[in-house]
Parts: sequence; structure tokens; C-alpha cells
Amino acid sequence: MDITEYIKLVFTDYTLRTITLGTAILGAVTGMLGSFAVLRKQSLLGDAISHAALPGIAIAFLITGSKDSNTLLIGALISGLIGTFWIRGIVTKTHLKSDTALGLILSLFFGFGMLLLTFIQKQPDANQAGLDKYLFGQAATLVESDVWLMAIVTGLCLIVMLTFWKEFKILLFDADYTKTLGFNTRFIDILITTFIVLAIVLGLQTVGVVLMSAMLLAPAAAARQWTNSLSTMVFLAAIFGAFSGVFGTAISASQDNLSTGPVIVLVAGVFVMFSFIFSPNRGLLFKQIRFIKNRRDLELHKTLAFMHHIAETHEDISHPHTIKLLNNFQGYTRSTLQKLVDKDYVQLDGNMWSLTKTGFEAAANLYTKQSTEDE
Amino acid sequence: MKNESNENINDSSPSDKTPTSARVIAVKVDDLTVAYNYKPVLWDIDLEIPEGVLMAIVGPNGAGKSTLIKSILGILKPIAGSVSIYDKPYEKQRQLVAYVPQKGSVDWDFPTTALDVVMMGTYGSLGWIKRPGQKEKKASLEALEKVGMLAFKGRQISQLSGGQQQRIFLARALVQNASIYFMDEPFQGVDATTEIAIINILKELRKAGKTVIVVHHDLQTVPEYFDWVTFLNVKKIATGPVKDIFNDDNLTKTYGINYKVSIQE
Repeated sequence: MDITEYIKLVFTDYTLRTITLGTAILGAVTGMLGSFAVLRKQSLLGDAISHAALPGIAIAFLITGSKDSNTLLIGALISGLIGTFWIRGIVTKTHLKSDTALGLILSLFFGFGMLLLTFIQKQPDANQAGLDKYLFGQAATLVESDVWLMAIVTGLCLIVMLTFWKEFKILLFDADYTKTLGFNTRFIDILITTFIVLAIVLGLQTVGVVLMSAMLLAPAAAARQWTNSLSTMVFLAAIFGAFSGVFGTAISASQDNLSTGPVIVLVAGVFVMFSFIFSPNRGLLFKQIRFIKNRRDLELHKTLAFMHHIAETHEDISHPHTIKLLNNFQGYTRSTLQKLVDKDYVQLDGNMWSLTKTGFEAAANLYTKQSTEDE
Repeated sequence: MKNESNENINDSSPSDKTPTSARVIAVKVDDLTVAYNYKPVLWDIDLEIPEGVLMAIVGPNGAGKSTLIKSILGILKPIAGSVSIYDKPYEKQRQLVAYVPQKGSVDWDFPTTALDVVMMGTYGSLGWIKRPGQKEKKASLEALEKVGMLAFKGRQISQLSGGQQQRIFLARALVQNASIYFMDEPFQGVDATTEIAIINILKELRKAGKTVIVVHHDLQTVPEYFDWVTFLNVKKIATGPVKDIFNDDNLTKTYGINYKVSIQE
């Protein structure tokens, strides 16, 4: 199926439209909340929460016998929250660091969840099949009510975020200071964490337990590369997340046997790669280009300064000197000399060079100019 | 506030102050004990800080200097003890107190600008939900100017030098317009120019009748910068005017004995 055909289908085909909308909303809300997780250095929290949700899904099924996604997600929410508060408890009550606590809860809950899943699969009941879709997600099972739920949670999250924007921001930057201003940091913290848990639980059906944390981190990591403003970062992360959802769904729908969750995560990964390399300020490419350019400028300056040094010894600053004089000098290359000529700092005449008046002045002001730029 | 004590502050040089008993007590700490695990970090601290002093808290590494400040400010929860600010519990007097944390306590790669960080100082008086407006912005710009950082207002904070970051933190506290300032090693890792700029601001605060409490490491500069000093090493060793108690005896009690103990271990 080619791309125009696909676009037509998105607007006409009910299932495809539902899935595309669902993954887009999911990507937007996880990207938004992921920014907070990344900035709090809690990148692994999402991973721990999603894994901690698995036993909740299994237990909800065991109790109700229903495979209705809302029922199972409530189970996931409860066990995800329990996992989260245990992590917080371990960090505050013991000497263990948060990475240890996260790893511990993640593997314990996931292990327990897998145990329950195998137990359920051994049951002589035809109804049990399909719970394992929560491991890697299955976007095809999204129905309209799921998308509505996502939209409502996203809307709520947006309202809360806009209302408490100032509080979120200051807590993320400096939690201790926030406390001294009289804010209840625990409340803000719980608010953020609760929404992260909600977003993760909503994504389990689509992306699955194992890959869910990528939805949280990838758009945020990509967005951070492009901006130095928190609001822009959150906005960009939402956009990147939404596009990952849409593109991922499109790619997986146009090919047979490509499950949607992993493709969405890979698309998000492409956003990250692209941002790491091509973003103008923090990107590797432009960093390297700036590095090379700075070196060249420095070579140029050093050569010019050296020439200035020689020219100073003569009464006539434009007195010609032999190029051989420059050969001993580190910064000198043929191309730097040519560049100085291009800038009209230097005149060449056979094997002789001479500084122009502009060149002499530029060289004399080289260091004073740099030091004023600095501070 | 507390105008009655202002006259003996404005005209006095750091070295001649009225005795403690005649002055208003700005901060009072009673029986403060803090422990991280089983080992106490602070043991039974009683402390009275008179209004209008510029006080250094000195002591060796691990003496609990930062812990003392953080416990007074309610960032850490003490096992026992109470803190009052102008005779009322600290919780009711927060708006009178500003805090300058250690520079290294935050991630300076956070996506925000210098002005934005200073504006955070206005969040406390704004309270929940309400956003800073023109008034807050103006106050923040003034604070930036006071610390000589106005030209850097739009700069991303990771692009600032260590000294500039420290000035930003100071400006954030200044904008709170508090009566009492707690500062955790504001001179750490800053160059001579910044150090002089900061101490001048602190002296100005004292001149305006504010109380400034500074965790300080450089014993050489204590007599020059401060008029009040507290020696701390888990317990309070001594507290009082620099000219009276900043002597070898207290220095040995604070630093010397502990060295011997740690060598024996």
C-alpha cells in the first residue's frame, strides 16, 4: 500500500483512524510527561512503572475473568502505583540509591507478572489467550473508547500542567529551594508522578510493558536538543511523540507482520538520532563544525598576531617580509595566508608578504576584542 | 521590620556591636539534633543569632554546617529541636527567610535562562498557581542588576561561568526581599572579583538591617568579612562576635581535636 492510499485510508477506514489517533495522542502525552521525567533524572522511572504494571493486569484478569481493556488497565494502574510508591519508600527509608530501587522493583514486579501470566496460560480456559499482548502491545486492539480515555487523560494532564506550570518548573530545577519557599513539594511530586503512571498505563495496550519507557524518554531526549526553554521542550516532545505515533502506525499498517509498538518506538528513536546529530546548538554535527571553525580562526589569529609582531619592528608597517619567516610558526599554513589575503589583511608579492593598514589594526585589536567578548 | 535595632547597626563598624542581650534575636535554634543514620550529624544545638549580623558558620568537613542550615530551613527533618524566627515558629515566618543553596546542588543544564531562575525567587510570595507578572519581572531585573548580571538575563544558565551562576543564585534570594538570608558556601569556586562583589552585597544587606548567615570555609577571611561567627563541629563549640571569640582556643577546639581523633582511627 503506498502513501497516498494510506492517507486516504486514515480518513475513511474506521480502524486505522482510531489507531492513528490513539497512537498520536499517546505519543503526545508521554512526550510531554517524559520531559519532566528526563529533567528530574528519573528516566528509568517509566521503565520501572510499566514493568510494575504487569502483575496488576494478570491479577485483574484472575479476579474478574474479563479481558476488557479498561478493567485490566485499572489493575495495571493500581500495581503501577504500588510499584512507584515502593520505589519512593525504598529510596527514602533505606540507604539504597534510586537506580537500585528502580531495578529492584522493575525486576521483582515483572518477574511476578510473568509468573502469573504463565499460570493463567496453563488454565484450561479458552478465554485466557491474548494477555501477553500487553508485553509488546498491540495497537490493532485499540477501540474508540480507548482513544476517548486517552484524550480525557491527556486533557486533564494538560490542564494540571498549565495550572501548576510554575510549581512544576521550580520543583524540577531546585526541589530544596522550592521547599523553603513554602510549597508542598510532596504534593507537586505526587501530582507529576501520578500523571506519569497514568500515561504509562494508557500506553501498555499499544506499546506494551517492555517498550513503554522509550515512549516517555525518546521524544523528550530529542526535544531537549533543540531548545533551551522548558515550555518549548515540553511542546516539542509532545509533537515528536505524536509524530512517532502517526508515522509508526503508518509504517506498520503499510507492511504486513510489522507490529505497531516496536515500529513507533523505532520512529521515536530516529527522531532522537536525528536530533543528536543535526540540532543546531547541541548537535554533534554542528558542534564538530564549530570546533573546526574555531581552530581555523585561532590559526588565522595566531598567524596574524605573528605577522603583526614582525611588522611592528619596522617603521613602515607595510614593509614587505619574506614568507620564509613564517615557516617556523605553528599556526601558519598556505590556506591561512590565503584567507588573510582574502580578508584584505595581507598583500602578497612573489615570496614577500606585507600587512595592510586594516590588517595591522585588526591584529593590534585581536586580544582586546576577545577579552571584551568574554565577560 | 524591627526598626528599633536599626540605629545601632547603621553606624557601627563590624567590630563594635552592642552585646547580644540588648539585641533582637532573629533566629533561635533550640536543642536541634539531626542524624542521618545512627550517627548524629548535629548534636543538641542551641543557637541565638541576633538581628543585623553577618555571621559565618565555620567548622571542618562533615561538621554539619550545611546540615544546620538545611535543618533550620526545614529541608531536612531533625530528630529533635525547634527553630523560631523572630519568636514565631519558622513555618509561619518563611516569607522572612531566603536561602542560597550550594551551587552544585542543581543541574545547570536545565533548560531555562538566568532571568527565569531569578524570577523563581518571587514564587514564594506569589503562592500557588499565580504566575509572575510585570512587577515580579521588574524586581528580578533589579536583582540581576544588583549582582552585575543584567547583561546576561537571557543567557541559558549552562552558558554561565561558576561565579556567574553563584551571582544568579544570590539574585534569586535578593528578589525574595527577606529579612534573614541563609547561604551555603557562596564563595565556593568563584574568582576574586566575584568574591568581592558578593561580600559587598552581603555587607550592604547587613547595612540595611538584614541578618546574613553564611557557611564559610576560608578561615583567613573570617575577621575581614564577618562580624559574628559560629564554630561548629557536630556540637556547637562557640558563637559570638568575631573580635571576642575568633581565637586559637576555639579554632583548636573546632578543628584540632577532631584531627587527632581521625588520625587515631
